[in-house]
Amino acid sequence: MFDDFFIRALIAGVGIAIVAGPLGCLVIWRRLSYFGDTLSHSALLGVTLAYSFSLNIAFSVFIISTVVALLLVSLQKRTKLAGDSLLGLLAHSTLAIGLVLIGFLSYIRFDLMGLLFGDILAVTTADIGLVWIGGSLILIVLYFIWKSLFSATVNYDLSAAEGMRPEVSNFIFTLLLAGVIALSIKMIGALLITGLLLIPAAIARNISSSPKQMIVIAILSGILSVVIGLFASLEINTSSGPSIIVVALILFIISLVPLEIKGQLQKR
Amino acid sequence: MNENNNLLVRLKNCGVQKSSKWIVKGISLEIYKGKIVTLIGPNGSGKTTTAKMVLNILQSDEGSIENYSTKMAYVPQKISIDWTMPLRVIDFMNLTSHINKDEIIEALELTGVQHLIYKEIHNLSGGEFQRVLIARAIAKKPDLLVLDEPVQGVDFNGEIALYNLIKEICTKLNCGILLISHDLHFVMSATDHVICLNGHICCSGSPKSIVKNSSYIELFGEHNAATLSLYQHEHDHSHQADGSIKN
Repeated sequence: MFDDFFIRALIAGVGIAIVAGPLGCLVIWRRLSYFGDTLSHSALLGVTLAYSFSLNIAFSVFIISTVVALLLVSLQKRTKLAGDSLLGLLAHSTLAIGLVLIGFLSYIRFDLMGLLFGDILAVTTADIGLVWIGGSLILIVLYFIWKSLFSATVNYDLSAAEGMRPEVSNFIFTLLLAGVIALSIKMIGALLITGLLLIPAAIARNISSSPKQMIVIAILSGILSVVIGLFASLEINTSSGPSIIVVALILFIISLVPLEIKGQLQKR
Repeated sequence: MNENNNLLVRLKNCGVQKSSKWIVKGISLEIYKGKIVTLIGPNGSGKTTTAKMVLNILQSDEGSIENYSTKMAYVPQKISIDWTMPLRVIDFMNLTSHINKDEIIEALELTGVQHLIYKEIHNLSGGEFQRVLIARAIAKKPDLLVLDEPVQGVDFNGEIALYNLIKEICTKLNCGILLISHDLHFVMSATDHVICLNGHICCSGSPKSIVKNSSYIELFGEHNAATLSLYQHEHDHSHQADGSIKN
């Protein structure tokens, strides 16, 4: 059963959606969508380095994303450029370096579309293990730093004053984000990973009224997007990443309906 | 000796520097259990910065800080919660520690907002949110409570009731309180030690001694200073936190 590529993609995809749910909520709450984008753009560089030195792709992507996150912190201390400019600088230069390196590696055949937009055919049994073991690790760590991370999201000073050590949990959170990007690059692709983090969480915000509820709904809508998206990708032969994101977008539009109705009722 | 046991925080000649400019400098203060210390001073005089040094949020760039507090609670001056976060009052009460529901309700009752427990924070008015902030800090049962302009946006009767509550909490929990306040009436009538800030400590001492100090008069104007030194609070009834009259 596991040698069927579609089942493999489905199992890996559901695993990614479960991890992306809570992390996506944090990305939305902390207004980090552009930061997530920067990390995922740099993931392409990670992939090319993995090919050059025959490393594990997920491992190499994780390392590069972490390095980019650290670079950002040190750049912020050195210049007065705004955060979003620095993020843009890092995002596009790492993407460019990645693409230039691919040019040098002409002896390896690259599926560039697959790297940028995801390829379900590329998901192996080993990848499933990686997604589920790595994903569980991410969720366990997240569970232990949750109180600190969440309180710092609401108010950093308050969290620091009341002994939650937010500087530590913030750093770990960056590593977890790099981790989820590393796990999902094969499936979703470098350009679209942030979409799977953001859109399910955005759907959840429209229809939930407490943080826990929002996380659960984000996970469920992520799973729904992956399952429907993969079926669509199989049926009409499209890339897996874009199909999943388009389904998520449709769910998002549907989630606006209850919000609209509520607004109309309040007007009356 | 007794005084030392009750010591919570001691700042010795502390200051904070930002891009080679001192925001505050030469700050020395002590906070004891069961006592209220108040910081007063004009905008930008470094009141919040001083509070942040006490709370360990900011490191002091000179001098030394001793902190013996085991549980601090903070009511920040400004707090804005992003719309993307669906946060109810009850979630907010549990933000940095786990507090059981009875205690949460009890604390919210003290500040007169128990009916808002399941409301989303975004739907509260400024004054209501301020009451929730104070309730959250009290529910933690801290030994050091830092309040940065805690009654901003609260209606006039509520203000008096909340100040009385702060005084009451100080005795009941035997906690030390650092208060930043513009309400000179309360400062003069209920606090134990007043510190006048303006980038440095202009003067400090008991409320009675402060009003006679020339630098205090200079900072707040002769008219204000004179009114306040004569200020007496006469009331034939008292209010509960929600504004209703207490029997």
